Amino acid sequence: MQTKSAARNIFYGGSLFFLLIFFGLTAHSHYYIKNVSTNEVTLTEGVARGKKIWEDKSCVNCHTILGEGAYFAPELGNVWIRRGGKDDPEGAKDFIKEWMKAQPTGIEGRRQMPQFHLTDKQLDDLVEFFKWVSTIDTNGWPPNDAG
Amino acid sequence: MKYQTQKIAMAYFAVAMGLFAIQVLGGLLAGFIYISPNFLSDLLPFNVVRMLHTNALVVWLLLGFFGAAYYLVPEESEREIYSPMIAYLQLILLVVGTLGAVITYTFNLFEGNFFLGLQGREFLEQPFWVKIGIVVAALMFLYNISMTVLKGRKTAITNVLLLGLWGIAIFFLFAFYVPDNLALDKMYWWYVIHLWVEGVWELVMASILAFLLLKLTGVDREVVEKWIYVIVSLSLFSGVLGTGHHYFWIGTPKYWTWIGSIFSAMEVIPFFAMVLFSFTMVWKGGRNHPNKAAVLWSLGTAVMAFFGAGVWGFMHTLHGVNFYSHGTQITAAHGHLAFFGAYVSINLAIITYAMPYILKREPYNQVLNMVSFWIMNSAMAFMTFVLTFAGAIQTHLQRVNGEDFMDVQEQMQLFFVMRFGAGAVFVIGALLFIYAIFVPRKELLQKSTTAAAE
Repeated sequence: MQTKSAARNIFYGGSLFFLLIFFGLTAHSHYYIKNVSTNEVTLTEGVARGKKIWEDKSCVNCHTILGEGAYFAPELGNVWIRRGGKDDPEGAKDFIKEWMKAQPTGIEGRRQMPQFHLTDKQLDDLVEFFKWVSTIDTNGWPPNDAG
Repeated sequence: MKYQTQKIAMAYFAVAMGLFAIQVLGGLLAGFIYISPNFLSDLLPFNVVRMLHTNALVVWLLLGFFGAAYYLVPEESEREIYSPMIAYLQLILLVVGTLGAVITYTFNLFEGNFFLGLQGREFLEQPFWVKIGIVVAALMFLYNISMTVLKGRKTAITNVLLLGLWGIAIFFLFAFYVPDNLALDKMYWWYVIHLWVEGVWELVMASILAFLLLKLTGVDREVVEKWIYVIVSLSLFSGVLGTGHHYFWIGTPKYWTWIGSIFSAMEVIPFFAMVLFSFTMVWKGGRNHPNKAAVLWSLGTAVMAFFGAGVWGFMHTLHGVNFYSHGTQITAAHGHLAFFGAYVSINLAIITYAMPYILKREPYNQVLNMVSFWIMNSAMAFMTFVLTFAGAIQTHLQRVNGEDFMDVQEQMQLFFVMRFGAGAVFVIGALLFIYAIFVPRKELLQKSTTAAAE
């Protein structure tokens, strides 16, 4: 009986201890994200609207973003970089918008992306979202532009 | 079955098995789209199929946990469930919510509508009204079970089970927090996803496993209860800070690379403890329980959880490795074996154990059930191996060499074909299991050697 109650107390006490450390560290991480690793000044309403489109269309169930999501289609956290947004922002923007408009390709044996019928403004917002995500400090991930 | 209200579990198990069938068929379809990408691409795009596959899984596992609780809590607390009425209302609410989500996903209804439309964050896609329904159902459940436990005998098994189930409900609340900042969004998203499957779900699993071993092996309750506290301590001590292995590359501070690597590396220990626990109990236990299939599933869940969650998790959890493997088919391999080994198998174990008692008869369809065990386990092992190979190739070509995603995918085609084959075999095993459970026939391997073997 003695050892069982000891085991129980270690469980409750230890779990509480680790949970408190975890909550403390995530509180600091919250502060770090808002002030260091992301730029909340550039997080415009357009970026927020773009994120909403990303969610409404359930993009994450084909693509990954910062490596999380489905593995059916390419990583999009760095799509802005991959399409040359750093050197040629207009070119990258046009590329992504035209790409979205051209889907689905219908090519036999190729994975198909649906046509989402986004307006020009919605496409702009989505691009703004991708552009903003690419500025998150991700400790150097992904290893290269392929994502 | 000593208590009348234990039969509530059967309704939960029945719905759970229906969703299990939908889940594996959805998975099979998704696997088929990988090898024949034009199939249904206009009617049912891949993202919809995947939502059905993952959401059906999570809901049926939860229904299984609820059913398990309704079955084991009366026996542990030595009294009837506080309110069978609430239990059935809770199930109806969950079924309505599930149907609502399935219809919303499949026909893409109310897109963009805050209250009715899907909310496309991975695994938490349920429309807002369904999320509210889930919370209400969880509260009904917790009230019902807590009242039963509080009025009855308190055991380590019900303590840990209740703590796990309360944790499930509490951490789900973070699903309602959706900040515009993607990095923040992701950090709290893991409060639900990680603290569920690598935290409080382990408590539920350990508790159900302890109950099964107690009943199946006849080992002293005192011994079982000591083990269960040791196991869940190891789970939470490693798993809570182990969340850090998701905080490597999403904008969170760099110290998580070390905290996450070290603590998540230790997440293998509680799963190893579960293997030791289950095998020791079965060896030491004097009881020769007639339900051999339930013993097999109980041992199987410990072993496969150890490999899937433990070994396959450890394989890519150190940040130096994860930098290259993050978000490849390696993750898919780990995800499949971990969910099957830990949470699918524990549910199938308790269902296999409980159903004969609920139907008031000797264990039935034992051989069929055990055949389905070996089919599902072999198929899942094969699927895990081919996805691991595919992931290794992907990691090298894409992450090291920097080749284009789609070019790399084409080079992995052979593995996707083999994955589909494994999936097809798994579906056969799953359907066989459901048949073995719900179409009872006369077949008993061996009479019980102890009279009071319940």
